Amino acid sequence: MPILHTVNKSPFERNSLDSAISHALKGSSVMLYEDGVYGAMKGTASADKISGAMKDVSFYVLGPDLKARGIDESKLIDGIKVVDYSDFVQLTVDNDKVSAWT
Amino acid sequence: MKYVIQVNEGPYNHEASTSALNFVRAALDAGHEVFRVFFYHDGVNNGTRYTTPPQDDLNIVNTWSELASKHELDLVVCVAAAQRRGIVDEGEQSRNGKDGNNIAPGFRISGLGQLIEGCVQADRLMVFGD
Repeated sequence: MPILHTVNKSPFERNSLDSAISHALKGSSVMLYEDGVYGAMKGTASADKISGAMKDVSFYVLGPDLKARGIDESKLIDGIKVVDYSDFVQLTVDNDKVSAWT
Repeated sequence: MKYVIQVNEGPYNHEASTSALNFVRAALDAGHEVFRVFFYHDGVNNGTRYTTPPQDDLNIVNTWSELASKHELDLVVCVAAAQRRGIVDEGEQSRNGKDGNNIAPGFRISGLGQLIEGCVQADRLMVFGD
């Protein structure tokens, strides 16, 4: 039963990304949007947590929210997929449940 | 898919209301149904027609109202959260003896049961905001 975990806060402000990663079971997905997109950047204190979880969990980041913050896709952790709102909607269809971490 | 959207932030807390708007638009564009949008906590501040941002700002309240009218969305404001924050419709005005009301077009004030019923009816609950 895959779950889409959404994270809308920066990992440098809250621990919601940690919560999402520790609750995400194999086959689940994590969607980073709003300030959550800061967690998708490589070279940060939280980047290893995402890289480490990536063998079991898929990570997505919302493109428009990256753009709003001036984050270039070249700055992202390898393996994170950049998506738009229609992909975001499709992810909520493809997963059985959605869990919002704030 | 049938969605219920819960919005927990006002138009000027962070960006939850905008994210919810974008998600609702994308869901409708993809042919999904938005059964209800429930405004809870500070999210009730999305439902006052007295909001008057500068002209070059996005007017989030009007955007919700327009979207609701175009797609017959059910925009529900939590009554207990609304009373605390001074969001008033005609019924609340007479019930609480207020001198006016400020509910925006397309919004209605009701109880938490509307969220629960929505969750029962819908396939997915999307929560935006804190």
